[in-house]
Amino acid sequence: MNSLFASHQKTLVIAALLAVLTAVCAWLEPRFISVDGIGLILKYAGLYGLIALGVSFVIITGGIDLSIGSWIGLSAVLFPVLLRDYGLSTTSALAVIILLSAAAGALHGLLITRLRLQPFLVTLCGLFIYRGLARIIGGNREQMVPQAQQWMRSTFVKAQPLGDLPIPSVFLLLLVAAALSAVFLNHTVWGRHLIATGRNEQAARFSGVNTSAVRITAYILCSIFAGLSGVLFLLEVNSAQGSGFGNFYELWAIAGAVLGGCSLRGGQAGVTGVLLGILMVAEVRQAVGLIVRDEFKEFVIGSFILIGVVADELLSRFLSRSR
Amino acid sequence: MSAPLLSARGISKRFAGVRALDNVSADFFQGEVVAVMGENGAGKSTLMKCLAGVHQPDSGTLTWNGKDLRIASTRRAEQLGIAFIHQELNLCDNLDVAANVFLGRELKKAGCFLDAAAMRARTAALLERIGLRIPTNTPVSSLSIGQRQLVEIARALSLDARMVIMDEPTSSLTAGETATLFSVVRDLRSAGICVVFISHRIPEITAIADRVIVLKDGRFTGTLTKSELAPDRIVSLMVGRDLPPPEPRPLRQPGPVRLEVSNLRTAAFPASQLSFSLRAGEITGAAGLVGAGRTEAARAIFGIDRPIAGTISIDGNPLTHGNPRLAIRAGLALVPEDRKEQGLILDMAIRDNLSLPRLRHFAPSGFISDAAINRSAEDLSASLSIRSTGIHKLVGELSGGNQQKVALGRWLALSPGIIILDEPTRGVDVGAKREIYSLIESLAASGTAVLVISSDLEEILRLSDRILVLHEGHLAGTLTRQEASEASVMQLATGSSPRRPAA
Repeated sequence: MNSLFASHQKTLVIAALLAVLTAVCAWLEPRFISVDGIGLILKYAGLYGLIALGVSFVIITGGIDLSIGSWIGLSAVLFPVLLRDYGLSTTSALAVIILLSAAAGALHGLLITRLRLQPFLVTLCGLFIYRGLARIIGGNREQMVPQAQQWMRSTFVKAQPLGDLPIPSVFLLLLVAAALSAVFLNHTVWGRHLIATGRNEQAARFSGVNTSAVRITAYILCSIFAGLSGVLFLLEVNSAQGSGFGNFYELWAIAGAVLGGCSLRGGQAGVTGVLLGILMVAEVRQAVGLIVRDEFKEFVIGSFILIGVVADELLSRFLSRSR
Repeated sequence: MSAPLLSARGISKRFAGVRALDNVSADFFQGEVVAVMGENGAGKSTLMKCLAGVHQPDSGTLTWNGKDLRIASTRRAEQLGIAFIHQELNLCDNLDVAANVFLGRELKKAGCFLDAAAMRARTAALLERIGLRIPTNTPVSSLSIGQRQLVEIARALSLDARMVIMDEPTSSLTAGETATLFSVVRDLRSAGICVVFISHRIPEITAIADRVIVLKDGRFTGTLTKSELAPDRIVSLMVGRDLPPPEPRPLRQPGPVRLEVSNLRTAAFPASQLSFSLRAGEITGAAGLVGAGRTEAARAIFGIDRPIAGTISIDGNPLTHGNPRLAIRAGLALVPEDRKEQGLILDMAIRDNLSLPRLRHFAPSGFISDAAINRSAEDLSASLSIRSTGIHKLVGELSGGNQQKVALGRWLALSPGIIILDEPTRGVDVGAKREIYSLIESLAASGTAVLVISSDLEEILRLSDRILVLHEGHLAGTLTRQEASEASVMQLATGSSPRRPAA
């Protein structure tokens, strides 16, 4: 939908950056590209990549979702509670989580399109409310993955189904989700309506696009991605406490989307870019832990993004001036 | 007569090569009310802005109180005693009345602290003088448009203005507010201040102006004194030379009624009702001055805004209000006035703009066929002769005329039964204009009901079989091709015609 060349160009620049980053990290610390190291990076990218993908739908419309981390916390404590206290089967528990997520997303979307509230405000309230619900439902104690579902921990997160390749299953899940998202975004009417709405909502409306419905769907998808990721994060850690599980995760996801070329003004996003962006976030996190010290990772990732956006802005100004 | 307060000699001004003012001369005297009239684009606002230092004339001289000078900025104009009140009023909503009156010239004590008490006291005196009875700490956001207008005048008085220029001060005032404004204007006049204002309303002008200056296509066409003020004379000066009569051509045979609008009321003119119909194969023109409610009516019909009341029916079936998708499905298309913000998505490719209103046609299986989109875009691009390097080019990089062809062309493949074109040739060069005209004519020939909204009278007269003339939200009259002339349209558009029906 974009002028194809321009978007490919941007993706290529991001891919080149990722390659340079990988090379520099590997040179500084050989353990970085060990089999274990790569596995860790990909696992991390898989978990956060799913929510980055979800939030990028919202970002395309020019919106934002700050409630993702809290929703992850809520879904992570809800899953064991549904299985243990309500005796639901695994499938039913997942179905309940998907339905609740869709309802939360629909609520965000309705408040934003019908009452014209700001996305920031609506999802900020969500951030507090869902965190509160997670604490209330979780009863202020660790919620463990029940014995009967322990098999899921390996199957959906850690297992490396491709033999010797250090690719965890959660990263494969991300690739499947990304492929579906790419088809959705680029090859369906809905996806093109989403991009058109993000570029110029007024013109999209004048073209007969139901811009409200399109925006609401974006929030629903975002929340569903967050709800399912909540379960995956729980499976990874094995236990979750409502008070803190998932805190700030939305910010890592947004960081990945922005590094992947999404514009927070809307209309600009690509699935490949988001994948590359979240890989960059994962690599920087891992590299800082190995090369410097773990407590430096937020400082480094923040500086990394800041330098990135300043360079992007200066570069595009330079290009438009020389044109 | 004494010497003029302000005298303009030979003022010319061009914008991007277009001549907005051409050698205009005019004098303004103390203690008089001067109205400036002219059609859309006659150069009225440009002249006012040259007098008030907003624009610098390219040539010509301004003489203030007998001294030649350059008015380099609005600040300079204010120092001289010329206050300019913009049509869209320049007040800060979030501040109170006193703060707005002294905005940018705040009174201070001890060099840095605001002297609120002094500003309130002086504002109170000014409000008293113009009869605006509101507390000086009222936030501007809670004032009506009329009251805001008066606050602007209070600000002008606080500058000791000797000349107050107003750009269409009454355009959004109620009758009562206009009366209040005019009584203030009379007081200003008796205090020796010169009041210059732009208006489109002939009845108002005959009520208050001492003199009328008329412009046409950037030229001065005449001045009328109080005793000479008659609607006919004003209109004939506004129209200037008569346009050549519309080219004779075989009259189109209109088919059945496709669109029927009855008693439509929009938020812009809640008190006016609008009824009209469009027939298959006929081009209907909608004439009127800017702000007559034509665009608002088009938006309401297409479902962008929800009308306050009224019914819209297509082929006899009532249309649900406020839903463009249903309107499109019923066979309606709208090419909006604001091409860059509403008609097109500038940073998307030609093919994507052309396909957006009918993406579903390219996705019969649920998945879009880009090959089909490209084929269709190539075809449309060729038949509309859109000049570009290809269908993947961004629309924002095209010329105005080619952009407009895309904005129009995207609807053609849907073969709409009814198409509304709002200012279809604004910002379009002559060649593309001719192509757009023949496109519109071929649409009508193929049986489409066409409504052309335009402020370009020449365009309306050339294209229309029938002309609807709107004035302040209601239909002031309908003219057939034979009855239509620049003068007859302007008469209805300015509300000076006795044929005005009760709304």
